Amino acid sequence: MSAVTTSFPNTAAAWDLPSRGKVAMAGLIIAESAIFTIFVVAYLFYLGKSITGPTPSQVLETPILYTICLLSSSLTIHLAAKSLERNYTRLFLGLWLLTIALGGLFLYGTAQEWHRLIYEHGLTISTNLFGTTYYSLVGLHAFHVTAGLVMLAIVAVFGLAGRLGVKQSGRIDVLSMYWHFVDAIWVVVFTVVYVLGR
Amino acid sequence: MFWSARSLWAAAPDGSSVHGTNIFSPASTPAKSIADLSVFVLAITGIIFVVVFALLIYSVVKFRERAMHAGREPAQVYGSMQIELAWTVIPILIVVVLFLATARVIHAVQDAPEPASALDVIAIGHQYWWEFRYPKLGIVTANELHIPLSDPSHPTPTFLQLLSADTDHSFWVPELAGKTDLIPNHPNRMWMDPRRTGVFVGQCAQYCGTQHAKMLLRVSVDGPEDFASWVRAQQKPAVEDAGVIAGRRVFERNACMNCHAAGGTPADGRFGPDLTHLMSRATIAAGAAENTHDNLRLWIQNPSAIKPGSLMPAMKLSDADLDAVVSYMETLH
Amino acid sequence: MSSNVITVPVGQTEARPWVDELHQWLTTVDHKRLGILYIVSALLFLVIGGVEALIIRIQLMHSHNNFVSPEVFNRMFTMHGTTMIFFVAMPVLFGFANYLVPLMIGARDMAFPRLNAFSFWLSFLGGLLLYFSFVGGSGLYGAGSAPDVGWWSYAPLGARAFSPGHSSDYWTLALLVSGFGSIGTAINIIATILSLRCPGMKLNRMPLLVWLNLVMAGMVLLAITPLSAAQIMLLIDRYLGGHFFDTQAGGSAVLWMHFFWIFGHPEVYILIIPCFAFMSEIIPVFSRKPIFGYPVMVAATVCIAFVSMSVWAHHMFTIGMNSYANSFFTLTTMAVGVPTGIKIFNWIGTMWGGRIQFKTPMLFSIGFLFQFLIAGLTGIMMAASPFDWQLSLSYFVVAHFHYVIVGGILFALFAAFYYWYPKMTGRMLSEKLGKWHFWLFLIGFHLTFDLMHIPGILGMPRRIYTYEPGRGWDTLNLLITIGAFIQAIAILVFVANLILSYFEGAEAGNDPWDAWTLEWSTSSPPPAYNFAMVPTVASRRPLWDQKHPEDPDSRYE
Repeated sequence: MSAVTTSFPNTAAAWDLPSRGKVAMAGLIIAESAIFTIFVVAYLFYLGKSITGPTPSQVLETPILYTICLLSSSLTIHLAAKSLERNYTRLFLGLWLLTIALGGLFLYGTAQEWHRLIYEHGLTISTNLFGTTYYSLVGLHAFHVTAGLVMLAIVAVFGLAGRLGVKQSGRIDVLSMYWHFVDAIWVVVFTVVYVLGR
Repeated sequence: MFWSARSLWAAAPDGSSVHGTNIFSPASTPAKSIADLSVFVLAITGIIFVVVFALLIYSVVKFRERAMHAGREPAQVYGSMQIELAWTVIPILIVVVLFLATARVIHAVQDAPEPASALDVIAIGHQYWWEFRYPKLGIVTANELHIPLSDPSHPTPTFLQLLSADTDHSFWVPELAGKTDLIPNHPNRMWMDPRRTGVFVGQCAQYCGTQHAKMLLRVSVDGPEDFASWVRAQQKPAVEDAGVIAGRRVFERNACMNCHAAGGTPADGRFGPDLTHLMSRATIAAGAAENTHDNLRLWIQNPSAIKPGSLMPAMKLSDADLDAVVSYMETLH
Repeated sequence: MSSNVITVPVGQTEARPWVDELHQWLTTVDHKRLGILYIVSALLFLVIGGVEALIIRIQLMHSHNNFVSPEVFNRMFTMHGTTMIFFVAMPVLFGFANYLVPLMIGARDMAFPRLNAFSFWLSFLGGLLLYFSFVGGSGLYGAGSAPDVGWWSYAPLGARAFSPGHSSDYWTLALLVSGFGSIGTAINIIATILSLRCPGMKLNRMPLLVWLNLVMAGMVLLAITPLSAAQIMLLIDRYLGGHFFDTQAGGSAVLWMHFFWIFGHPEVYILIIPCFAFMSEIIPVFSRKPIFGYPVMVAATVCIAFVSMSVWAHHMFTIGMNSYANSFFTLTTMAVGVPTGIKIFNWIGTMWGGRIQFKTPMLFSIGFLFQFLIAGLTGIMMAASPFDWQLSLSYFVVAHFHYVIVGGILFALFAAFYYWYPKMTGRMLSEKLGKWHFWLFLIGFHLTFDLMHIPGILGMPRRIYTYEPGRGWDTLNLLITIGAFIQAIAILVFVANLILSYFEGAEAGNDPWDAWTLEWSTSSPPPAYNFAMVPTVASRRPLWDQKHPEDPDSRYE
């Protein structure tokens, strides 16, 4: 065993490192982006390659309203997070619940669209390549929206119980990163499916 | 051992010489271009190995701890930008040289135009056998490919289109060409211009299921007359021998026709090999057994005895029916 | 004694009932315990995967052997590959990262201890799920058992039509589950390194092991996820009637290959980069010099990470890509050899002018250098795609990647074991048994894997349960099998060493190797909180500065 004679030097300089929550969420977003990229690649690769069945231009209707809902929810969650930083808890709660409502509306819109595609046009995940790639990509996104809504709902419960204040704004920031990511993915999916794909 | 240009291993039952599977005994232009490039690459990597290995051994021997060093640490050197530059630039140059040499061969082999004198063959991979079709000659056969010798002054290469009926396979006859895969819904193309006659062997190289190991390849490179006579024999209609009519009935009445085609019968199945000229082949079951009376009988009675996991079911024929159908098969020259 | 170490002499702790101890281990969130759990579970799977390898080798000992049926053989090579990559190599490397990274950056634990535990258990249970397939794989058609589709499960072989029953679902689900565990650990490593470094430890003062694990973790985020995505697609095909890889519906088998290898190639760099990390810590200590060219080593690793994302289709040279694609991947594959070679030169540069001590960790490190050099060069051979049209899918490739994984990764791991076991247990591993382990394993390794290149050159494809006599493959295969058994004996010596030394090994003390990074400043094993006082550092080798106050590194950085 070697002798350690002096203790470690001291530094007086400030030591500021990034927040671990934000770093972790950034990591998760990177990983999830890779998953979505693969589904997007499959979607683009298979455009026009279905042997049978309905094509995108025959059955797809651009979901403008529900897209606006989802993208506005990014604005509302951003404002909510800012209000919490300033301890305006009631404003925060209102904006937060509005975010959940807008996200919920988006999911309702997706459900409506799928209902129409399945029952009016006979397009399912097993119909053809378009069906498989469409439901997988949009479904994967909707799954992430749902997971996000669950987390937002949990926070809402704590908020309604009066347990949220400035001290939790760091965590709220991390959660809103996730929500912004979900919206950004929708911009990509929307472009690929409803703009490029038709 | 593997540097000899010849690699004759044995004589086939029909007397032709059977070549080996040594990638450094090329008998065709694609295989030769690859072998030549490989020697070049081996030489360069060999030099790199000798140099780095020498440095490693030298440092291990010269700088080992000795008693006189006890208690003192050696000079703490942190690095040297010049040295780093040197051993970055030199490898980059080596990569450039290797890449250029390689790119030439890639294009030469893959982008070779097909001359009018080429023979076209379609190879279709199945679990676990090879289907070969010669569209312009009207020939359908299985597992044993006959192609003409190619004379460099008047080349007659064979161009294969590679398709698959089920999973992925790979056509690998090392002394004739590098391997190319057979992938469903993804047609591929390869070529060879063999310069030596004889039988060249290989096998499927892409894992395709239980009996991947016994999906063997047999390529018979024939001189011009031999090839022409083989073609004529294959183009002939099926032999109709009245003496084996009982056996032919067994073939037609049982489920054989679901999978096999045989000229002279209504059988037109595509799942298994075409049997019209079965006896022109040296082996059965894609090379798993020699084409003898006993093997043929055993194969029809119980394919799992020869190739367990093969997709041919045991037909559960009575001994009498079995003997009859084998006699019929043996007339299909 | 430094004020930031509190040692608890052996014997003064109260003996605890074993149920209590077991409960502690099962519910721990301590990075050191989780690290050991990862390592021990990896060793268990190593033995199982090794037995699978021996079964393969016995079957291939001579032509037309029937030690096992083709069905069993095909399951053996599938399970061997899957086990070794996903349940041995990845966990053991995550285990060492877990143990060492917080200690080396002067932190008390990982950024997210509970996520850490969750990720470990996901990974371990994924392994159990894979092996449950032997029992549960038969499904509706009675057609299953363990998966037998190869560790790549190429389409359409993995489709319902060609793999009825559930055997390949166990492959898919086990890897999906453990994949999520890997992503969790990677996120944890990144957050720990970026957010929990002790004061003074700027990014360019981190030990190379920390740097390289940061790069590895970043690669995990980008490489494991394509596999997860592809596996979700495969499940959609198999259970929801999807057509992602259904060639009859216009789907593409080649698309699976692209997705798989976009994962598969970076994966092998994910495996080797932590081994580079071990070498970069161990070789300097046993050469008594700092690592030669620290900034270049970091830059080269980052370079490798980026370039390795662009080489994947060199696993697909035979599938019929056009000549431009083949040329592109030839170029990138050869290019990735440049930063890799630079690292080898830097390790030799570290040894150069040093005072080399041939303790067991260094023996394995020198073995690594020799073997990784050869493995890299056979890789360059196969980078030349026409050469690969012959070598691909043959035993030459099998020899190459085992040269990397066994000759490189496993040797580096052995070095790491001998080096850090004292820190983890407080005991030294036996040098005598270590040298027996090293030499036996070296001989067995070279007998097997040097010779294995030759059947490949002589045309022997891989994944075949038997082969024809008269191709010249028989004697070579027999010798290869003998080498495998020699390696097995060496592993037994290693396991014996691990167990015996735990009870009878010499006491290690804090710093048995006279090393320079922070983990050696605390006791062996460290207390649960790692450091009584969070250290502050002023250079890359804080303990060198302490031991040599007249000539600290901080003067030169």
